[in-house]
Amino acid sequence: MIGVGKIKQYSNVLDKPLSKGKQEVSLSAFAFLFSELVQYNQTQVDNIAELERRLEDAGYAVGARVLELLCHRDKGNRRETRLLGILSFVHSTVWKVLFGKVADSLEKGTEHEDEYMISEKELLVNRFISTPKDMGTFNCGAFVAGIVRGVLDSAGFPAVVTAHFVPMEGHQRPRTTILIKFAEEVLRREARVG
Amino acid sequence: MGSTACFIIVSRNDIPIYEAEVGSAIKKEEATHQHQFILHAALDIVQDLAWTTSAMFLKAVDRFNDLVVSVYVTAGHTRLMLLHDSRNEDGIRSFFQEVHELYIKILLNPLYLPGSRITSSHFDTKVRALARKYL
Repeated sequence: MIGVGKIKQYSNVLDKPLSKGKQEVSLSAFAFLFSELVQYNQTQVDNIAELERRLEDAGYAVGARVLELLCHRDKGNRRETRLLGILSFVHSTVWKVLFGKVADSLEKGTEHEDEYMISEKELLVNRFISTPKDMGTFNCGAFVAGIVRGVLDSAGFPAVVTAHFVPMEGHQRPRTTILIKFAEEVLRREARVG
Repeated sequence: MGSTACFIIVSRNDIPIYEAEVGSAIKKEEATHQHQFILHAALDIVQDLAWTTSAMFLKAVDRFNDLVVSVYVTAGHTRLMLLHDSRNEDGIRSFFQEVHELYIKILLNPLYLPGSRITSSHFDTKVRALARKYL
């Protein structure tokens, strides 16, 4: 019989050191897992908005953990207290760790004071996904929007984060923009501190 | 003659998720309630102080008789608060850093809801061992 006579050593996760993390993870494994995630959620909901919300919630859980882990591992235990600081943290550090490169651009919105945009030519999560026409403007980047919202919310900068397709001239596939709209209290606090 | 120390972890939503009396002195029943009260009263001060600095260890933020409240704020605004009467700042800093690592390991569990109580008895054992070592 298998296992007879052997004593299995269960070491608690709390005893193991915090690993440095794998530098490389299989893209196909992730794409497969993500597609299953989307398909599973599709069976659970009746409309697009609910599907987007579920993907966002899944991303939110990731974001909260990524913030704590990265601040401890890569930033030597320094917290971000300023708006621009946390935005550039998301734009470079978080993107670098999650997607292997910094985000394409970080822009401040022109119409409103509280809007910022992170743009990416092709989001990693969308690389192997095509949406049928009848799903309208649905974007699986809602998962990434959820991650960003998780990071910002946990750091004390509540915001509404959404993912949009922005058509580009000269390119077939539209680029994706993550739109971040900060809550009023964030701007008030920034004005008070800055 | 030992040292009194009360340690709590307060989540971002001001809900305590872990409590432990880690001092080596004999504890009286009323003292426990008083300790918790002092720590909760210090939360307001921590709130303001956290936004003025990007460091995590906030040292001593409040005082009550001869007891001092020291606080360590993580990136996700989870506060590790210690009420103590000793003056060993380096020991307290190391204690906070080690507990912070333990907290991150708990947080990384995808089945752990951030902001909920930490019920792992292993975590409890480790925190108490760290307290004996550093405090």
